[in-house]
Amino acid sequence: MRIKPSAVVMTVYLLFLLVPIYWLVNMSLKTNTEITSMFTLVPQNLTFNNYRVILTDPSWYSGYINSIIYVTMNVVISLTVALPAAYAFSRYSFMGDKHLFFWLLTNRMAPPAVFALPFFQLYSSVGLFDTHIAIALAHCLFNVPLAVWILEGFMRGVPKEIDETAYIDGYSFPRFFVKIFMPLIASGIGVAAFFCFMFSWVELLLSRTLTTTDAKPIAATMTRTVSASGMDWGTVSLVLGLFVVLVKILPYLRIGVSIKFMSGGATSVCSV
Amino acid sequence: MDKTQNNKAWFLVLPVLVLVAFSAVIPLMTVVNYAFNDTFGNNDFFWAGLDWFEDMITSDRLHEALGRQILFSAIILAIEVPLGIFIALNMPKSGFWSSFCLILMALPLLIPFNVVGTIWQIFGRVDIGLLGHTLAALGIDYNYTNDALDAWLTVIVMDVWHWTSLVALLCYAGLQSIPQAYYQAAKIDQATRWSVFRYIELPKMKGVLLIAVLLRFMDSFMIYTEPFVVTGGGPGNSTTFLSIDLVKMAVGQFDLGPAAAFSLMYFLVILLVSWVFYTVMTNLDRQETQ
Repeated sequence: MRIKPSAVVMTVYLLFLLVPIYWLVNMSLKTNTEITSMFTLVPQNLTFNNYRVILTDPSWYSGYINSIIYVTMNVVISLTVALPAAYAFSRYSFMGDKHLFFWLLTNRMAPPAVFALPFFQLYSSVGLFDTHIAIALAHCLFNVPLAVWILEGFMRGVPKEIDETAYIDGYSFPRFFVKIFMPLIASGIGVAAFFCFMFSWVELLLSRTLTTTDAKPIAATMTRTVSASGMDWGTVSLVLGLFVVLVKILPYLRIGVSIKFMSGGATSVCSV
Repeated sequence: MDKTQNNKAWFLVLPVLVLVAFSAVIPLMTVVNYAFNDTFGNNDFFWAGLDWFEDMITSDRLHEALGRQILFSAIILAIEVPLGIFIALNMPKSGFWSSFCLILMALPLLIPFNVVGTIWQIFGRVDIGLLGHTLAALGIDYNYTNDALDAWLTVIVMDVWHWTSLVALLCYAGLQSIPQAYYQAAKIDQATRWSVFRYIELPKMKGVLLIAVLLRFMDSFMIYTEPFVVTGGGPGNSTTFLSIDLVKMAVGQFDLGPAAAFSLMYFLVILLVSWVFYTVMTNLDRQETQ
């Protein structure tokens, strides 16, 4: 049988991607003694104890809850402000629109490290430190520009005649926007929500700087374990495992759409 | 699409402006404030003028970090862009295997940055990691905590692992948008594989490729979490990139003035390069539509 070279390339590449992840799952199913004392490719004493610890210990699962709360808040805020703005950018030309758009994008380019300290002081001074809303607002820094960018690409694809017909039919702007326009770009909203969700979920630097106990995200809880209990590798790798699984749920639904967005988004970016 | 001239559209943009003003402009002004002042605590500020900037521009520490950063970004782009294109060309075009590849390739992109760091930190350890253990078994002296070269290799392989898929997925989306007729025409002309790539696929991928390069440049230039988790900037200072150095300076040593001046220059460099990319992108597109 002849094997296609492209299949070989893909197999090698996918193996390269999967082996480190396999190692992680492998470790999460081992006991601590097994991890530190011997080197095995598959767990000898299969244990789900690590998973039990995570799901029952409040100091662990509260991290997940905190993360979910602020990520949700961030997605809602980002989309609420980004929708009208993206509509304005896609439909109207107004004074300074191109500069404004580029300025928004520059916020996506700003290194979070630059903002960590000022954020800390700003939120401390307005009494928002260590709350979920603080992280949600801080993450708007890079999520709002991204959401505007993505949504603008999708809105550009909706013909303008639809707007005009709706106005002739006597729709007011808010009613038209919610009733007619938003369903038309539903997949775009989904993609934007997914990207906001993802970037807010994986961000560590800002969310760690802005919290101490009450709103501590899961990512920060994990870092603490690495330093404090040193060799509790089993628990660590398993949180990672769980983390990966949680984040994996959405893409299954969205992957086709996001590919579509990428090809659509490409043209929209270039024609700004 | 023709756009209507309407300055009232500003009202639709207003919420974004207010929000971004709160989350970006105010903090940035704080940074600017620190960059030009010195303080001995208690909120007493003294005008320091451009001193911090002079300090930073002449500091060896910054030069070294900048050099490492540029080298790192250059290596990353040189590996990930060609590799990403190569992978995209080899991906199955449709059917079950194409979605299978897409989902698996998206995996590393969705793993939080510090988890990526932790995965590779464990994976590379000689005692419990598969990579480190295998290399040791092969008789290769590999230890990323002691040897600068090993640390660099680990960080680079980790970044390739993490982000090549992004380039590949973007290129794949670009390839998918090429109509079959182009390939048929090329076949009739008996074009070689290389000229199909050079004259059909590459020009069609130009748009997405520029996005990929821009994103990879920005993100590799701002990289913080992954190398910090894996090497902590060490051994010595060998993997201390700009962000790591900045956080060390601002949060670790609390040298606010120099750190702020550093931040501003850092931001400007990224802005400048991104602006160049952005302008090139816009102009290329304009030429194409004309």
